[in-house]
Amino acid sequence: MDALILQILNGLDKGSAYALIALGLTLIFGTLGVVNFAHGAIFMIGAFCAVTLSKILNLSYETIDPNQTDFLGNPLKVKTPYVESWFGPEIGASLIDWAVPLAIIFSIPIMLAVGYIMERGLIKHFYKREHADQILVTFGLAIVLQEIIKYFYGANPIQTPSPDALSGVANVGAVFGMDIVYPVWRIVYFCFAAVIIAAVFSFLQFTTFGMVVRAGMADRETVGLLGIDIDRRFTIMFGIAAAVAGLAGVMYTPINSPNYHMGMDFLVLSFVVVVVGGMGSLPGAVLAGFMLGILESFASMNAIKSLIPGIDQIIIYVVAIIILLTRPRGLMGRKGVMEE
Amino acid sequence: MLGLNKKDTSLMIVVIILTMFAPFILNPFPVDSAMAQFNAGYPDLMQRFVIFGIFAIGFNILFGLTGYLSFGHAAFLGIGSYSVVWMYKLLDYNVIYGLPLAVLTAGIFAVAIGYVSLRRSGIYFSILTLAFAQMSFNLAYSVLTPITNGETGLQVYNNDPQVLLGANEATSPHLFGIVMNNSFKLDVGAWQFTFNNGYYFCALVMLLVFYLSIRIFRSPFGLMLRAVKSNQNRLSYTGLNPRPYTLAAFVISGMYAGLAGGLMASMDPLAGAERMQWTASGEVVLMTILGGTGTLIGPVLGAGFIKYFENIFSKINDTILHQWFSFLPDGLEDAVVFIIHPFIGKGWHLTLGILFMLVVIFLPGGLVEGGQRIGKWIKSRGKSEDSDSGATTEPAE
Amino acid sequence: MGILEVKDVGKRFGGLQALGDVNLSVKENSVHAIIGPNGAGKSTLLNCLVGKLIPDTGSVMFDGQSVLGRTPYEINQMGISRVFQTPEIFSDLTVLENMMIPCFAKRDGAFRMHAIENMMSEAEIVDKAEHMLEEMNMADKAGMHSASMSRGDKRRLEIAMCLAQEPRLLLLDEPTAGMARADTNNTIDLLKQISDERDITIAIIEHDMHVVFSLANRITVLAQGTPLVEDDPENIRGNPKVREAYLGETA
Repeated sequence: MDALILQILNGLDKGSAYALIALGLTLIFGTLGVVNFAHGAIFMIGAFCAVTLSKILNLSYETIDPNQTDFLGNPLKVKTPYVESWFGPEIGASLIDWAVPLAIIFSIPIMLAVGYIMERGLIKHFYKREHADQILVTFGLAIVLQEIIKYFYGANPIQTPSPDALSGVANVGAVFGMDIVYPVWRIVYFCFAAVIIAAVFSFLQFTTFGMVVRAGMADRETVGLLGIDIDRRFTIMFGIAAAVAGLAGVMYTPINSPNYHMGMDFLVLSFVVVVVGGMGSLPGAVLAGFMLGILESFASMNAIKSLIPGIDQIIIYVVAIIILLTRPRGLMGRKGVMEE
Repeated sequence: MLGLNKKDTSLMIVVIILTMFAPFILNPFPVDSAMAQFNAGYPDLMQRFVIFGIFAIGFNILFGLTGYLSFGHAAFLGIGSYSVVWMYKLLDYNVIYGLPLAVLTAGIFAVAIGYVSLRRSGIYFSILTLAFAQMSFNLAYSVLTPITNGETGLQVYNNDPQVLLGANEATSPHLFGIVMNNSFKLDVGAWQFTFNNGYYFCALVMLLVFYLSIRIFRSPFGLMLRAVKSNQNRLSYTGLNPRPYTLAAFVISGMYAGLAGGLMASMDPLAGAERMQWTASGEVVLMTILGGTGTLIGPVLGAGFIKYFENIFSKINDTILHQWFSFLPDGLEDAVVFIIHPFIGKGWHLTLGILFMLVVIFLPGGLVEGGQRIGKWIKSRGKSEDSDSGATTEPAE
Repeated sequence: MGILEVKDVGKRFGGLQALGDVNLSVKENSVHAIIGPNGAGKSTLLNCLVGKLIPDTGSVMFDGQSVLGRTPYEINQMGISRVFQTPEIFSDLTVLENMMIPCFAKRDGAFRMHAIENMMSEAEIVDKAEHMLEEMNMADKAGMHSASMSRGDKRRLEIAMCLAQEPRLLLLDEPTAGMARADTNNTIDLLKQISDERDITIAIIEHDMHVVFSLANRITVLAQGTPLVEDDPENIRGNPKVREAYLGETA
């Protein structure tokens, strides 16, 4: 029983990442009708926002401390981060420690700008082109973005730890009288994802802007005829989708050290998630994200792996294939989206 | 000739000449000259040109004719390689056993994968093929290790059965004793030309499958495939069932990929799972698009172009750049080198990505269309020089 | 007994009863028009005939065989060809290539793997396609890219492609929608000629009363998913029920 719950928890954090990326993909697809293969790269850029902030905060100057010596007896060079000297050692140290959560604030404007530039500069010109062309050009863009990141940050994963206070493990089962030890940051990640998802949904549900966007997703032409500048709103939507993926990336850094190809790795899975959920269905994307995340972690249980070897490697794809063949529109897909 | 019309015959002849004389054409610079690094006439690279050419020709039969964009063709490449290496392990190093098996196994897998994937079209098809390829890749790395040797990659070991291995037989891939690795070097003045058995073997295979692809393009079957791309709705209301046509195209292109994978293992007796990764599928997509989708020669050009520049760009480093731009004033020289630096060496993929985007945006017909446009431009320029009035009426395309 | 017998066909989309108990009998070699105001279910009915939709109830018999549950290409192979509202042709191909496809479909059936022969050396097919183009006065356009033709010519090509299959029933979905008067008249003449010269039944869905009364020798009026009346053109003209159905819409 404990093991089962642990697996569900394990699935939740991966599922959260899938759901957040898939949510953005679906927003873009549903509103703009564009299949964006560069969305994984946005996730990656988010992660590297966190890396960058942590690097900036760690920028240091060197001083020679005459009281300390290294093993050769020379005076020791001590690195002091600028933030520590500006804000005092304690505040400075905690700023560095909290780099990842701080990066949320830092990354939002960056991700919105990335989304805006991408949409206005490139995607806009592909609304009327075939889906194959959209796939191809965004695929090219994904390569470019990933290579730029590789150029500046190198090919190796960069460890970016979570704040000390959130990096331990907690016994989440204690509440139910069970013994389930689980990393705190993963719980934080899941809660964070839940908040973001709730925010996106309420934004779409309760604001006029969201209403127009939803109407546009259902019937773009009519909304356009009503004299509403749907294009501008869709641009903003693209920015929001980019921010959602970016934030997913920021918060994911402590779980998995970011590297330049993480975007592609997540993209393939997120596309599968979108397809399973149903192209153009936001609840579908979220549901499928968590479902596949949890299924994946169940499949990696030893008991199941010994029953069907290798199942953990392919479970997501198998599920996707079965769903696509039995429910072509996905779990919650609407009629008429991307059909011949 | 051979059932081809005049235009196709001349295309075929040009391709034959280019491939047969490639060791000369690709080595225009003397060995000791500074430009020698731009020579591409060495066996390893020439083999890659033709092998990837085969891969792209096959991919084009599916994508170019039917418009179905597969992101999973690398799976067949890997399957082809594994088949050939297994034949080395079980029988002997003669590639004659492995290659037909590579084509056959790839074909069987293509029937299965195609049958499922082709039930959907558009983006769904792309994602289904992607899913299948990733699945194969993951399996090859994990549970299928007994067959694929996992991360190490499949290779021949001393204790393998190799039941047909004769006493004096070559211990590297060969065709009835013609060893693929062996080359004949010809020195002419300052030049050196290498004629490699493996290259010529691959080149002959490529010519054969290129010829086959021309025949397919010009056949009623090819017409139906183009009709699938153009208007599937009309096709079904014309009493034709699109699915077997697309499946046949998928299987044929899968077999081409299997053959290409088999040839890779015929040049270098190794097979690794990374050959099946989706980035490898992406590469063949790039080649086809870059060269010119749906054209006969485009995929071959694209494959050659990408493989050539991959090789050249990866070799250029800052020192070479400094040599090139040494004529500039010092500060400017450093600036130019600094700007170019990210695009060379390991930055080749960046260059490729940018190039690819530019092609999709501005030149959807790829290099072939580019060539046609230049041709037209030269023609119209020639005309306007003849008569001044022509310049105003001829729109510059 | 007509060549096409529609019996009690009903189709529901969610809460909307698009078709309810439609009965229709199209006589062999007639020109049968199906008219009705917008939303009367004309297109739904047509889609049920060609296999795009499957009706919830009732039966559709073509020449004594049921078409229900068959795919569009199977139904086409039975002898029903369809002309669409906006011309559906293979716009990436040349006019001659467009023409050759139905010829192949007629000769080889739904699928044949002929990947090595050269399509242009299939003399029988090329001849037939060229002959058909000649008959349609389009021989001069054979080498043209079909996308660059005028709408009227595209319509002509589409009809020619359907005829090349020698169908027994030709279904037309508002073939003159969005056409200029001259093009409309040309199309009327063409259809008249086809119906006179060939052993073919034509069923036509049309909005334009001029087209309907120039062509049809039998008319069914659909309103709100059910047939209001089926009669000869002369009787339809004076029928008060029909007037009401149309006045209800136009008023």
